[in-house]
Amino acid sequence: MNAEMILFFIFGAVALIGAIAVISFRHPIYSALSLIVTFFAQAGLFVLLGAHFVAAVQVIVYAGAIMVLFLFVIMLLNLGTLSAKGALTGKLKGVAIVLGILLAVQGIYIAVKAGNNTALESAQASTEPVTTYKIGELLFKDYLLPFEVTSLILLAALIGVIVLVKRDKQIEN
Amino acid sequence: MSLEYYLVLSALLFTIGVIGVLIRRNAIIIFMCIELMLNAANLAFVAISRDLGQVEGQLFVFFVMAVAAAEVAIGLAIIVSVFKHRETINVDEVNSLKG
Repeated sequence: MNAEMILFFIFGAVALIGAIAVISFRHPIYSALSLIVTFFAQAGLFVLLGAHFVAAVQVIVYAGAIMVLFLFVIMLLNLGTLSAKGALTGKLKGVAIVLGILLAVQGIYIAVKAGNNTALESAQASTEPVTTYKIGELLFKDYLLPFEVTSLILLAALIGVIVLVKRDKQIEN
Repeated sequence: MSLEYYLVLSALLFTIGVIGVLIRRNAIIIFMCIELMLNAANLAFVAISRDLGQVEGQLFVFFVMAVAAAEVAIGLAIIVSVFKHRETINVDEVNSLKG
């Protein structure tokens, strides 16, 4: 058992515990904080995979920007008292969990199968990390069009959010 | 360190996200579970990218992150505006569109 394996199991366990905490806590604030723990553990896994830039972006964009947005909305709406009522009844919950476990078994089966199929190709897989230079070169040469389309998506989201929030004020006026 | 470990972890994280969407009725927590599923997919992308020795997998992670950021911004705006009108974000009580 080498160092990479030990680190993988540590980060993986933290990510899984954080993910289970997200769906178990009653109060959304605790769920959001657990989700941040999961995101940090996943950033660690990305470092293990040699994707250093992805790990940095994961921490900055997900754990930073997106989760701040979540926490902001949770605190803005002050949802603590509302979250407890209206949970699923025991029977439906049981069905959902059984279906979920079935999905997990299928996922693990596919994962192991896919892992075995690509085992031959992985012989020449490089262990050295992918540099930001390589990513940038690919992003701004071969994938320039998708990159620009992404900016359109962000623009659409920006306008959409402004319209959604502004509409109420016009009705009041 | 072989690929299967990462893919199994990714499958487990995805499943936890699916279970969360199924059993929770709070719209914000359902959103967090969707983020969890997107992240599980990102983990699979990066793991397979390393395994095949290609950088493309990591590029798709950036696209997924951009789409996730847009989705969260719009989703939370919708939740805020639903809360303003209905005083609740329980997805069972927001059923005006039910056929």
